[in-house]
Amino acid sequence: MIALPSSLNANLVIGIALLVMLLVVAGAIVRTRSLLAAIILFSIYSLVSAVWLVVMDAADVAFTEAVIGAGVSTIVLLGAILLTRGEVEKPGWRALVAPALVCAGVGGLLIYAAAGLPALGDPASPANAHVGRAYLEAAPKEIGAPNIVTAVLASYRGFDTLGETAVIFAAGIGVALMLGFGPHASPLPPAATIGDHHVVLRVSAKFLIPLIALFALYVQFHGDLGAGGGFQAGVIMAAAIILHALVFGLRDTMMAVPPRLVRSIAALGVLLYAGVGVACMLNGGAFLDYDYLFPPAFEKQVPGWLLGDPEHAHHWGQHFGILLIELGVLLTVAATMLTIFYGFAGRTVEAIRQERGA
Amino acid sequence: MSFILLHFNYVAVAILMMAGLFVVVSSSNLIKRMIGLAIFQTSTGLLYISLGKVSSGTAAITVDAASPEKQALANHLDPAYVAQYGVAGVVYSNPLPHVLILTAIVVGVATLAVGLAIAVRVREAFGSVEADEIEVLSRLESAQAGSQA
Amino acid sequence: MTDMLSLIGGVCVVAGTALSLIGAAGLLRFPDVYTRIHAASITDTGGASLVLLGLCLIAGLSLTALKLAFVWFSIMLTTPVAANALANAAFGSGHRPRIGAFQIMRTDERRKTSRGTEAP
Repeated sequence: MIALPSSLNANLVIGIALLVMLLVVAGAIVRTRSLLAAIILFSIYSLVSAVWLVVMDAADVAFTEAVIGAGVSTIVLLGAILLTRGEVEKPGWRALVAPALVCAGVGGLLIYAAAGLPALGDPASPANAHVGRAYLEAAPKEIGAPNIVTAVLASYRGFDTLGETAVIFAAGIGVALMLGFGPHASPLPPAATIGDHHVVLRVSAKFLIPLIALFALYVQFHGDLGAGGGFQAGVIMAAAIILHALVFGLRDTMMAVPPRLVRSIAALGVLLYAGVGVACMLNGGAFLDYDYLFPPAFEKQVPGWLLGDPEHAHHWGQHFGILLIELGVLLTVAATMLTIFYGFAGRTVEAIRQERGA
Repeated sequence: MSFILLHFNYVAVAILMMAGLFVVVSSSNLIKRMIGLAIFQTSTGLLYISLGKVSSGTAAITVDAASPEKQALANHLDPAYVAQYGVAGVVYSNPLPHVLILTAIVVGVATLAVGLAIAVRVREAFGSVEADEIEVLSRLESAQAGSQA
Repeated sequence: MTDMLSLIGGVCVVAGTALSLIGAAGLLRFPDVYTRIHAASITDTGGASLVLLGLCLIAGLSLTALKLAFVWFSIMLTTPVAANALANAAFGSGHRPRIGAFQIMRTDERRKTSRGTEAP
């Protein structure tokens, strides 16, 4: 076995520093009594872990963590404490002894077990030497997408990703069933205020929202070349619309993007994903085997120069298969995040209306 | 020393996981519990990603064979190391954990939203999101129902 | 020539990090919300700009430099707005400046809450 190039390099030091920051933030979350502070700290926790993921070469995951952890989950958590009135807890120290002992015991066992795990960055560890390497060697020839993560996500493990997309869809439906698809009546118009405090916010949001949506499309269609893909793009797209709702009010957003439309789009995404699989089956392949996405007779008509790779004409099917299912993921993820947001925001509007009526 | 530094990620992940578990078990506020659950989940993701790191590797996006990027990557490394662990002359990190955790994060926020929605409905039904208060209230309610019957 | 550019770029990156550190120190040490926002904004604008400029110089004339320019552009677009919104929200929820020409808090109140940002 070849020795590691150097055990103490800059990456390792930065990684350890970030992990220590994560530990400090997690400690602050455990200690804080204020729910609002806990949520903001959790958002910081997500951002720091995203930076750590970049150090660990997981660019796609870091992207997702930054968008989801610092963006969407913060908004959902804030909506939840708005609806539950953000009560501050008051535990007695006696109640903490048993959980602390259990956690210390389990944590000690985990740390003891960690000594048997491969060292960080070991290229010969079982996980890195066999499966991961096989994907890295096979994907450029079989799929043709430079981003191996996208190739594995969308093609090799396409069935798994279909399941995950369906889970996200089901979660969105679950939230909608519990909290509603948004306010039943149209929300109240904003109360008249003297002077506009938010003029800076409005003007810059007007400029930012199309820019964010454009960036989402870039992330979507650049996903097989660089970091990105349907999951990230879907959340970014939803973030653009949520930003609109936060700055211009829920009423305007629901007129522009009605909940009814969002619901259908969420279903359409899963349908598109599964439909690609069925289309492959109809053409004689297995479910989600994109090599059979187009009938062979049709594929022969496609000139090789169109994809710049005349030797691998069947990459045509893989290319469009990944593009289509990533589009399905984008639609489902964006629409589900919006459904969740509408659910929480709609409840808030109803609660405010009840308070004013009472 | 080197052993500790190269296993520090597991120690940190274990402590983070236990911090999340501690919040879940010790806190009586349902929203705080959901935050603890989210920390627990993120720490699992960190464990997977750190298992997939290959020393001196790069993100799993294939670099063109003759590009200056590839030259720069190869220049800093021992040629024997690259020959043994690299693919087509470049050392990449393992993409498989990235795939698993990427989807898990998005599913995680969706399930977090479901949990929070349940907490909101609990608050609407009982007027509280403190688990011990809810327990007392639901016991009172069932006692009342029993006396009426 | 390239080495010279890399050197200047490295100096820029170090200067940017130093500015970020100063901003962090200000965030911890300043007395009220508004001065703290001021300190944090230095990190966002000055620190990030210098780091990005340094990285641009190291990368040279390439696609990477263009992408870094886009990053700088979006930072310049968002962080001042965020600082403004934060100050606006702080003002709206009743935080009063503790120092400077606009201080509203009376001296007896200041004695009562000698530390922290909780204004009446």
